[in-house]
Amino acid sequence: MVLAEDLAKQQRSISVAEFFEKNKHLLGFDSPTRGIITTIKEAVDNALDACEEAEVLPDIFVGVKKVDAEVYRITVEDNGPGIVPENVPLVFGKLLYGSRFHQIRQSRGQQGIGISAAVLYAQLTTGTPALVTSRTGSKARAHRFELMIRTETNEPEVVSHEEIDWDRMHGTRIEIQFKSSLAAKKRLVDYLRLTAIVNPHARITADIDGEVTTFERVSSEVPPCPKSILPHPHGIEFGALKRIAAASTGTVEEFLVGSFSRVGKKTADEMIALAKLKPSRKVNKLESDELKRLLDAMQAVKVPAPPAQQCLSPIGEDLICRGLEKEIQLDFIKARTRPSTVHGGHSFIIEAAIGYGGRIPAEGNAQIFRFANRVPLLYQQGACAITNCVSQVNWKGYGLSQQGLPMGPALIMVHVASTNVPFTSESKDAVASIPEIEREVVLVLQELGRELKSYLSRRDKKKQQDDRARAICSIIPEIAAKVSEIVELPLVDTSPIEGKIMRKVVAKKRTNNGQVHIDVNNYTAREVTFVLYNLSRDAAADADPRPDFVDDIDGEYNKVWRCTLGAGAAWQVAYTGAGDGSLDLRGMEDGMKVVVDLDV
Amino acid sequence: MSREEMDALAKERLVGIARGWYDQMRDGIVPFIRLPTRTKQNIAYDDATEVWKYGDKESTRSAATEKSAVHLLKMAYVIWFLKKQLVENRSSTLRELYYISEGWKKAKFAAQDESNLLIEDLEIIAEVQREAFHLRPEEDGASIFGPLRIRETTRRGVREMHCQEDVGEAGYPIPNNVDSLDFIEHDAKFVIAIETGGMYARLMENGFDEEYGAVLVHLKGQPARSTRRVLRKLNDSLGLPVVVFTDGDPWSYRIYASVAYGSIKSAHMSELLATPQAQFIGVQPSDISDYNLPSDKLTEQDVNALKAELTDPRFATDYWRNQIHLQLDMKMKSEQQAFASRGLDFVTKEYLPTRLSEMGVI
Repeated sequence: MVLAEDLAKQQRSISVAEFFEKNKHLLGFDSPTRGIITTIKEAVDNALDACEEAEVLPDIFVGVKKVDAEVYRITVEDNGPGIVPENVPLVFGKLLYGSRFHQIRQSRGQQGIGISAAVLYAQLTTGTPALVTSRTGSKARAHRFELMIRTETNEPEVVSHEEIDWDRMHGTRIEIQFKSSLAAKKRLVDYLRLTAIVNPHARITADIDGEVTTFERVSSEVPPCPKSILPHPHGIEFGALKRIAAASTGTVEEFLVGSFSRVGKKTADEMIALAKLKPSRKVNKLESDELKRLLDAMQAVKVPAPPAQQCLSPIGEDLICRGLEKEIQLDFIKARTRPSTVHGGHSFIIEAAIGYGGRIPAEGNAQIFRFANRVPLLYQQGACAITNCVSQVNWKGYGLSQQGLPMGPALIMVHVASTNVPFTSESKDAVASIPEIEREVVLVLQELGRELKSYLSRRDKKKQQDDRARAICSIIPEIAAKVSEIVELPLVDTSPIEGKIMRKVVAKKRTNNGQVHIDVNNYTAREVTFVLYNLSRDAAADADPRPDFVDDIDGEYNKVWRCTLGAGAAWQVAYTGAGDGSLDLRGMEDGMKVVVDLDV
Repeated sequence: MSREEMDALAKERLVGIARGWYDQMRDGIVPFIRLPTRTKQNIAYDDATEVWKYGDKESTRSAATEKSAVHLLKMAYVIWFLKKQLVENRSSTLRELYYISEGWKKAKFAAQDESNLLIEDLEIIAEVQREAFHLRPEEDGASIFGPLRIRETTRRGVREMHCQEDVGEAGYPIPNNVDSLDFIEHDAKFVIAIETGGMYARLMENGFDEEYGAVLVHLKGQPARSTRRVLRKLNDSLGLPVVVFTDGDPWSYRIYASVAYGSIKSAHMSELLATPQAQFIGVQPSDISDYNLPSDKLTEQDVNALKAELTDPRFATDYWRNQIHLQLDMKMKSEQQAFASRGLDFVTKEYLPTRLSEMGVI
């Protein structure tokens, strides 16, 4: 009895701010190094969301500056619509304050925790307030706040507030100082690059301790802002149903039709009949067990999927490719956007891309880029359903080696866009394992795998053809020369072999004793007209026949000949020169020609 | 066949290969060569000659890919070089050939293994041995000691010598080209091929050759081609039985197998190199226990080698199966010089005479 009373003295409510102060890792602030990335991520997410809502092309500045041995000042500035002065303290100084939590649509941030958690983290490590500047338009002046959070009550504390002049028309700037390190600088740059890839309409400029990088936009179209939709009857839980039912004044039927997406009168009646309720019953008068029956009926009746076009904003195949190609040099890229589907009443779309070759490192595992609602996922790759799906696919069948994950010079990008992305934790690092999502990811990767395979076999075929061309046009003539010498007979002519094997237009360049010879043989069955480009340091003044055109580019001469050759005919030119440089034959499809430079 | 005839034949064969390619190219055919596949899977026992030869599997190498074309180009360069060497009556070692290719640009060899293999290919296609190309290996052959008079045609004239009276303690060194060697007369009853130099010297010191009319041939480990050819020739032309005396471990049994049955690498010349009548004298696994020889434990590799021999068709006889199983059971191996534990004379006075009479050689 006494003990219980003693204990009662200690029992009190905990503010959400206090809770997170003790559980920083839940929000991605587990280490000072990671703190920098999480803060920038939250601020950039907010900036991109705000710009999207205001339909402006995002222009975002990210700054990281060392102010003390261990203290860094993080600045993120955007050209979004700004925040009205009354709301600024709440947005930045109160956890769980936000505009998007109650909306059903695709957005980056949701709960309104992220940026205020960063403010909290700053005040924990350095005790300094966050500096927020915001302006809502040309008619208003900018407002500058110094903000802190009262952890015991989770309420903002305005340290100072003044109106100032700001050269930006509209936008928001936040500056936060906290203890950190730049150990994860590469990861930070990677994060910004990945963000630029999935937000091809954004320009992001980063100044990381004096090092400036700009990620230019590849698209000048603002993606349509996803509109929020009503909840889907399959995606609702008892608590939520009870809450909205209590707030509703109409009949059960009116309630079902008016508060849920994709529910018409017919569907509503079916649900009501199944729940054994009278359609005329007032919904706010329903008993708990009746509501339970209604919920079961809502889940049981077939309802079309939610209207995904409205509430989701996939990047699109073309922009994914352009975004990736801009940041990473690739030999092959293919992207797919799957049709929308549903998990637990929430719409989602899976997009994916596969890149190959170029600058991707050839050693080790393929690179995996994971995104959820246009936000890159940087941590816990191993715990993520996306990674799991990547290893489930049999990549050996698509021409990649594989040890769990695929290996070699490949990159795999997967984007999950959903009104509700199921994360494994609040730090939003990994997508939870949901069968509907996994199924879609595996399907899209298989689709892209087939594309990759067909690219690789085309490439191998081309390689084989080049190999053959080299053997026939360059080595066989040498064999012929040596063999003719051994048997003491006139040099055997190898052009019949060339013609028989190649059945193409063959252009050859070789240089002997300061004379450059270029031969073109038409081994095809029809007449061809070609343009021969020979770029080298040789002016070829004595060329016979004369080039039709010579272009002098900084000491390099691009010599161009135009010619029409009948089937089986040959053409040649010779001039005095050193012979290096390049040779190209145009005017016919790639498959018809073989260009061999015997000087290399 | 005289030396001149041999040179003419080798040259004709080499030029013939080039002529084949010349004609192929003239007819618009991508030049190619055909060769038997040189792997363990393509080795077959030939009843007529009692040796292991290449089977029917052939592979075609056509200059249609860059790699194969370069291979043919290298072969053309080698043929060109060998022809020149034959015409000029010069000779070179396999290693020299490898270095000569330095100046051949695209036809340059990457390693000596490559040029050695290519020469073996040429031996197969031309159906003559590399000695006919005036090519010799750098390793010298082993040596002979015993009641035998030989004649060797050297660059500096014909030399005759007796392999006991005219040679030093090292014996008569076997030349690379066994074709230049003739046996004139002998007073021998059998040939004993010995793996190690120590045992060769022991038999010599103990006068084993004189007492039993034995020709001692030192194998120097895995025997060179010339050594195997001499054994074959001693067996063939003089009708002398050949016995092989090695250590008692799986690797030494393979030395015996290459003497008696031929090797995979040179299966195209098994008829010249292998001596099917050669018998294994020891050290047998049963000797290790019978004579209580000092021994070492079998290593893991030894055990694996023994197990591999159980599936090797060359060891598919009751004798070898019993001996190998016995050795696997006792897990021991002994060197031939382990007989010294019973006195320096034991091997020549007791062991070898007993074994030789068991085998019906003496």
